[in-house]
Amino acid sequence: MAEAVVRMKINGEDHEGRVEPRKTLADFLREDCHLTGTHLGCEHGVCGACTVLVDGRAVRSCLMFAVQAEGSEVTTIEGIAGPDGELNTVQEAFRTAHGLQCGFCTPGFIVSMTSYLEENPSPTDRDLREALSGNICRCTGYQGIMNACRIAAGLPTSGGGDH
Amino acid sequence: MRQHVGSLVQDPRWQLPARNREGKDGVRLLKPSAFEYHAPQSVDEAVKLLADLGDGAKVLAGGQSLVPMLSLRLAYFDHLVDIARIPELQGIRVDADSVTIGATTVDADLEGNDEIASKVPLLAKVTPFIGHFQIRNKGTVGGSVAHADPAAEYPAVALALDAEIEAVSPRGRRTIPASEFFVGFWTSALESDEVLASVRFPIWSGRSGFAVKEFARRHGDFALAGAVVGVTLGAGDVVERCAIGLIGLGPTPLRASAAEQAAVGTAAGDLDLAAVGRAAVDDLTEVPSDLHGSADYRKRVGAAMVERALNEAIEEATRG
Repeated sequence: MAEAVVRMKINGEDHEGRVEPRKTLADFLREDCHLTGTHLGCEHGVCGACTVLVDGRAVRSCLMFAVQAEGSEVTTIEGIAGPDGELNTVQEAFRTAHGLQCGFCTPGFIVSMTSYLEENPSPTDRDLREALSGNICRCTGYQGIMNACRIAAGLPTSGGGDH
Repeated sequence: MRQHVGSLVQDPRWQLPARNREGKDGVRLLKPSAFEYHAPQSVDEAVKLLADLGDGAKVLAGGQSLVPMLSLRLAYFDHLVDIARIPELQGIRVDADSVTIGATTVDADLEGNDEIASKVPLLAKVTPFIGHFQIRNKGTVGGSVAHADPAAEYPAVALALDAEIEAVSPRGRRTIPASEFFVGFWTSALESDEVLASVRFPIWSGRSGFAVKEFARRHGDFALAGAVVGVTLGAGDVVERCAIGLIGLGPTPLRASAAEQAAVGTAAGDLDLAAVGRAAVDDLTEVPSDLHGSADYRKRVGAAMVERALNEAIEEATRG
């Protein structure tokens, strides 16, 4: 099958590549752009580890072909922190509240929650749980993650996440 | 993707010969088979492509159902025709008596849209039930309706509200009533060279109320059973109009006509809501049955969802 040329802006930098149309955006980011912070867990849209922002909206990069992102602006976990490496509010909160153990799912959680809180700056506890429902973590039991999100959203934390 | 893979595989249409399903070391691949990609700029160009390419071509909209099916190799196509870049398929148009949603309008654009919430409240209420916000940022209204999943939300709402689906082919445009659109599991009335262009939802007038109830094991999963309900109350709070759509209770989204008729003509306060719920599921004969729930259980859950949704819709209508 014919390869296609794709161009997109990733974390503020222009990228161009030749890809098979069947190559997902996630694989393009990892294999062609060497941005391996985007993780692939299930590769069929269930786990959320591959979440990135495309034109400002959080999407699953395994459910999108690179050719569909032609001309888009993409933000990956590598583009979330400040240029000097300063952690953003959500990253800082995940560190404070032990919102991760092995860390595999963490990029998806951070990108998702960063995007969610930008659009919903005053969520309730229940809103946060719903917002997290699209990301799966197999280590933490979610209590540390919930507390991290509460901290990032300015809500009171509950016990159980600290250990 | 939300549906359990096991239930996908049960459908006979997907018992296709596996092509390149395994890598050379026997490891199951989770990558789509190769295809050619087409990104037409107009509907005319898209339908011409579909007609020229034949059965090996498939329309790609948001891809939130199609791409997982490709990745799991439950489906494969030689050509994907991406309609997401066609301007005329995007956007929401509000007229006096209806709201028309362009096919590639993403779900998230209906969420928190005040005009949708006031003109077609059921659409606004049902959208948060679809997957997760990351899915709703990419999934489209037309894609969901065209995919015709019996457990999906927009098909049930389209059916309950008597929506009209506009389709375009090289032979021209036609309008298909929702009641004739969902013909089987993942099967719609669209021809292989037809593109779903828009879905038109009527605006209800009068003292109306709307509600959605679903029962799912986890938020964002496809529901075991669900109901979408609209009611209009007349003088003396008599039910003038009642529409009940059923989710996940058959091979297609369903309309609970017997239950609707049982409700119409009775004052809302005198309705036996549980009986209406039972009437909605009594005649169902093709209820799915799997490890997540037997057919009998799903019918009981479905009856309860109808009862609760009707109750909530009536309360909303009563408040005016």
